[in-house]
Amino acid sequence: MQEWFAEIAADFTQSFIDSDRWKALLSGLGVTLLITVLALLIGVVLGVLVAVVRSSYDQKKKKGGLLGVLNTLCYIYITVIRGTPMMVQLLIMYFVIMVSSTNTMLVATLSFGINSGAYLAEIIRGGIMAVDKGQSEAGRSLGLSYVQTMRFIVIPQAVKTILPALGNELIALLKETSIVNVIGMKDITKWAINVQGRTYQAFMPFIGIAAIYLVIVIVLTKLVSLMERRLANDVTRKRDSH
Amino acid sequence: MSQENGTLIKVEDLQVTFTEPGRTVHAITGLSTEIKQGEVVVVIGPSGCGKSTFLRTLNMLETPTAGRIFFEGQDLTSEECDVNVHRQKIGMVFQHFNLFPNMNVKKNMTLAPVQLKKKTQAEADERAMELLRRVGLDDRAGAFPQQLSGGQKQRVAIVRALMMEPDVMLFDEPTSALDPEMVGEVLDVMKELAKGGMTMVVVTHEMGFAREVADRVIFMSEGNIMEEGTPQEIFEHPKCDRLKDFLSKVL
Ligand SMILES: Nc1ncnc2c1ncn2[C@@H]1O[C@H](COP(=O)(O)OP(=O)(O)O)[C@@H](O)[C@H]1O
Ligand SMILES: [Mg+2]
Repeated sequence: MQEWFAEIAADFTQSFIDSDRWKALLSGLGVTLLITVLALLIGVVLGVLVAVVRSSYDQKKKKGGLLGVLNTLCYIYITVIRGTPMMVQLLIMYFVIMVSSTNTMLVATLSFGINSGAYLAEIIRGGIMAVDKGQSEAGRSLGLSYVQTMRFIVIPQAVKTILPALGNELIALLKETSIVNVIGMKDITKWAINVQGRTYQAFMPFIGIAAIYLVIVIVLTKLVSLMERRLANDVTRKRDSH
Repeated sequence: MSQENGTLIKVEDLQVTFTEPGRTVHAITGLSTEIKQGEVVVVIGPSGCGKSTFLRTLNMLETPTAGRIFFEGQDLTSEECDVNVHRQKIGMVFQHFNLFPNMNVKKNMTLAPVQLKKKTQAEADERAMELLRRVGLDDRAGAFPQQLSGGQKQRVAIVRALMMEPDVMLFDEPTSALDPEMVGEVLDVMKELAKGGMTMVVVTHEMGFAREVADRVIFMSEGNIMEEGTPQEIFEHPKCDRLKDFLSKVL
């Protein structure tokens, strides 16, 4: 029993402590988180733009024109991105589209952001469509413009319904970043592969990063449900105030 | 503001056609009429005859297929016309209230006048309280729509529209979604408005309201005006068989 513990401790030391491997792990964690956060930001911006184009086109009586062209472009974007594997998109971005760039962080955040935008666009569009049509009609009948109606009336109501889906997208994004070593980035997965190659220990590094991913996902899940409850509480608290 | 003959809204040969895959609906078929300053017009007719479409076209929530709509002399259907500006002067009240659930009563009322720079926040707040007092809801200013009864919601929806100081108010079956005991409180507010000289176009099944308040009753059938006149003429001496048939069902 004691021997077993000693062995575990030795494995642990070798994987995480020797040669300052924990420092490399921390920097890998930074890479993983940075790609995730930046890609989500790009994804949300792209997603809102595409969702607004798609839902305003759907509501328009007279089809065609500039909006029609934009709508078709958005449709192609969503179809292509959702219809091809993330890793293939990343390889194409690195080896074909941005072949002259050596900034792998830029390549990765753009790739993941563009990918995430396609999924978020449909989530956000769903949220916008789920808001009762009478809401925007009431806004427009008061003389508010399309943009004002979206901003003050429709989008705030849509956010509440899409928050859980947004959280899921963030979690999916985090886990998908584990493929970035194919373009030579040193995230935590690449760190584990390196440690295994040097020490011939597989258990510690791989179980170790699995635990790290898991902890981050659990924390994110908690944060999202906390925010959901805050939004729900908002209404209840206001309800009690009178 | 008022035209020489006091005409506020003029509708010329209005047609509205809805095209859906495999289906074409002629909702309004060449309707013409005029609504005068201060006039209270009640629109009646069987379900599906185009009452809502007619009303919604008056502020361009539906786009006419053909024909023209003049509001205060401006052609709303022309390309150059900024509809948003005219909508500020055309209040609308919906069957299902359409209050904004993410804002309290006061914010529901002040959002548009403040955003559209008609009033400062302070002016809007003051006016909102004044209007809420008038409809007996000043103690509900901080409440959220989901905390209100149907009758209260509709009264808030009416004063929300009044916040823009409109020249005409459109009502689309304002009491149809209400429990019977709440119909009276909403109709009372509408009667007050009419008494105060507001121009109103009201789609309703409340024949008592029509008799009491309407200057003119329009009976619609199949997308057009079939018969119109004073409440007396329409209810006591209906001419066409469709109207007689309709009245026998609703009275
Ligand atoms: N947005 C729409 N799309 C397709 N058909 C519609 C639409 N709105 C109304 N209609 C059709 O137009 C006709 C008139 O409807 P409406 O004006 O709502 O009648 P009413 O208010 O008198 O009951 C109906 O046949 C209805 O089905
Ligand atoms: Mg109707």
